[in-house]
Amino acid sequence: MGGRPEPVTRPSKIFGWAALFAVALLVIVPVLALLSKAGTGGGGALFWPAIRFTLLQASLSALISVALAVPLAKALARRRFTGRRLMISLLGAPFILPSIVAVFGLLAIWGRGGVFSDLLAMADLGPLDIYGLKGVLLAHVFFNLPLATRLLLQGWQAVPAEHFRLATQLDLGRPARFRLFDLPILRSTVPTALLLVFMLAMSSFAVALALGGGPKASTIELAIYQALRFEFDLAGAARLAIVQLLIGLTAAALAFRLGRGAVFGGSLHIGYHEESRQIWPRLLDGVVIVAAALFIGLPLLAILLNGLNGLLTGLPPGLFGALKTSLIVALTSTLLALGLVLLLIHLINSVQGGGRIELFVMLLMATSPFVIGTGLFILLNPFVSPFALALPITALVNAALALPLMLRILRPAMQRAERDYGQLADTLGLSGWSRFRWLTWPQIRPELGFATGLAAALSMGDLGVITLFAPPDTQTLPLLMYRLMGSYRMDAAAGVALILLASSFALFYLFDKGGRHA
Amino acid sequence: MLELDNLHIALKGFQLSADFSIRENRSTAILGPSGGGKSTLLMALAGFTPHSGQIRWRGHNISGLPPSNRPISMLFQENNLFPQLSIAQNVGLGLRPDLRLSAQDKSGVEEALARVGLEGRGADLPKQLSGGERQRVALARTVLRQKPIWLLDEPFAALGPALRRDMLDLVEDIRKVQSATLLLVTHAPEDARHIAKSCIFIDKNKALPPVETERFFSQPAPGFKDYLG
Repeated sequence: MGGRPEPVTRPSKIFGWAALFAVALLVIVPVLALLSKAGTGGGGALFWPAIRFTLLQASLSALISVALAVPLAKALARRRFTGRRLMISLLGAPFILPSIVAVFGLLAIWGRGGVFSDLLAMADLGPLDIYGLKGVLLAHVFFNLPLATRLLLQGWQAVPAEHFRLATQLDLGRPARFRLFDLPILRSTVPTALLLVFMLAMSSFAVALALGGGPKASTIELAIYQALRFEFDLAGAARLAIVQLLIGLTAAALAFRLGRGAVFGGSLHIGYHEESRQIWPRLLDGVVIVAAALFIGLPLLAILLNGLNGLLTGLPPGLFGALKTSLIVALTSTLLALGLVLLLIHLINSVQGGGRIELFVMLLMATSPFVIGTGLFILLNPFVSPFALALPITALVNAALALPLMLRILRPAMQRAERDYGQLADTLGLSGWSRFRWLTWPQIRPELGFATGLAAALSMGDLGVITLFAPPDTQTLPLLMYRLMGSYRMDAAAGVALILLASSFALFYLFDKGGRHA
Repeated sequence: MLELDNLHIALKGFQLSADFSIRENRSTAILGPSGGGKSTLLMALAGFTPHSGQIRWRGHNISGLPPSNRPISMLFQENNLFPQLSIAQNVGLGLRPDLRLSAQDKSGVEEALARVGLEGRGADLPKQLSGGERQRVALARTVLRQKPIWLLDEPFAALGPALRRDMLDLVEDIRKVQSATLLLVTHAPEDARHIAKSCIFIDKNKALPPVETERFFSQPAPGFKDYLG
């Protein structure tokens, strides 16, 4: 932080406060609604099992993802090979891959009718079964191993190239290298990675919906969904939502205290280049990298091939309507989030105690869409049918949930712009809109493109709050796909999966490219 | 004699060739425009940048050797110390890469620190030292390693003129005691005049053979004239 508040004209600050107020309203009012309902009767046989399962699967997801990320990150950090850049891009893919599509790809590889089950059948072994805890963990590792790896790689990236050269020149042995590089890097990245994966695994509803279920494998969010959708048990849902909120807030507060590594973006240039002449470490690194590439790449390949096949057998009815709805929801929520986040950053930069506002926005990460959704459901239910407002609510909730991510990407960029050019702008008397137009905007364009791209892709693929509200005749692409899977129309679902994947990636690509080129 | 025999470095959008010998037991400065390849030449000598041609030291081809087996110590512009190790440990790495220092090693470290004017600072961490002091620590490590060739990549560029001159004097004093061969990359002609017996100018992808310092400045090469402006 520059310490010096930038000059701000009064009206823009008012908009900033308005944005903050709107976000607070969107989050706090539903929570209050939950609190008011939580006491009044209701059953909820899933209450304790759901809490237990959520904590168990989220902890295991975090431990397994990060444990596997350590050797992978290390191998990627110290080896140079053709396709390394492709591999790093591949690591970015699962993050914007719609979760229901990922589940579909994972089933095609690991499921009962998947590739591995077929191979096992040839050896007269039973098919794999990835429903329940195993499946949820598999999906979460698929999503979060790449994310954790990127986080860890950034630790290696922070080490000056000279240190690696020095270690080579001085011929430091493995223990010394471990002590000088690996240990401090892991110490600074592993706790953050664990917490982040824990939080993401706690609130990945689509995975639990597709692969979990029953008393043994229901997450809190899944239990909320069942309470609302099938039992209409508002009190039970409210209680579960409060527990989810408390766990999320605890994890987020811990993560905030650990400090904020830049989690996303970055080109990951690493000065580490260890030409180890020993064959075994090189071989081992090679095995790790190839295994990871297959683990991430095969489901993507399966989605592509099955999808093409599915599209050739015919387009499912409602595909284009769903595509249009999804695009509108995604773009609306992205624009909304962009406007809000710019106003909020402006406010954070220009008032005393802006850090507390930032903390508040970051804590939104802990609020699962289900918590907000459940609260809104309870609030709206007496007045209008929540089902009629499915799409606006989805767009709104997606926008609110994109805020922490966007803040995390944009804030450092804006600080950098102020640090590098703020004084120049001051001497030229640039303020207000013209300061934003001529100083901030050109400087933060790449980050802006990246952040909006992520928000759009995530909203496009979201299968969360929409499931609470959507009436049968309203559907987004993810919802259409889920419904097709539910009625075992796998070819049609495969086609939709490919379209959904393509449109999510295309949205991300367009925004990201748009940011980097004038 | 350090011979660069048809040395050729080709990186992405960058080329550099050198074909000459450098005399032993003296200081040679390397000058030239920024981005011209001064540092790259040192990196190739130290074994961090691939090249074609040969590097020979006293007749032995050292091109294929890994950096740690070359008769070379290199000082970088910055980041010469590991931040989490104490000053004494940073110096001690030059003796024992596993840091299992005997009592004798420790007194050697203490002596080397005294030699660069940092006696009694062994327990400090790098962040407690000024930029100039940190480079002294790196110099102390170079002293201990006793390699015959020293490569200095503008290690004092961030220091003021007086301090820089002091550091150069210190380097030159120690170098003489060890009869080391010093290559110093610098962009300051006065540094070259201060300690270098000869100078190498790098111009347009080519490192020119070393010229006695006096003649280097009195009859400058055409490219060097432009460089001085």
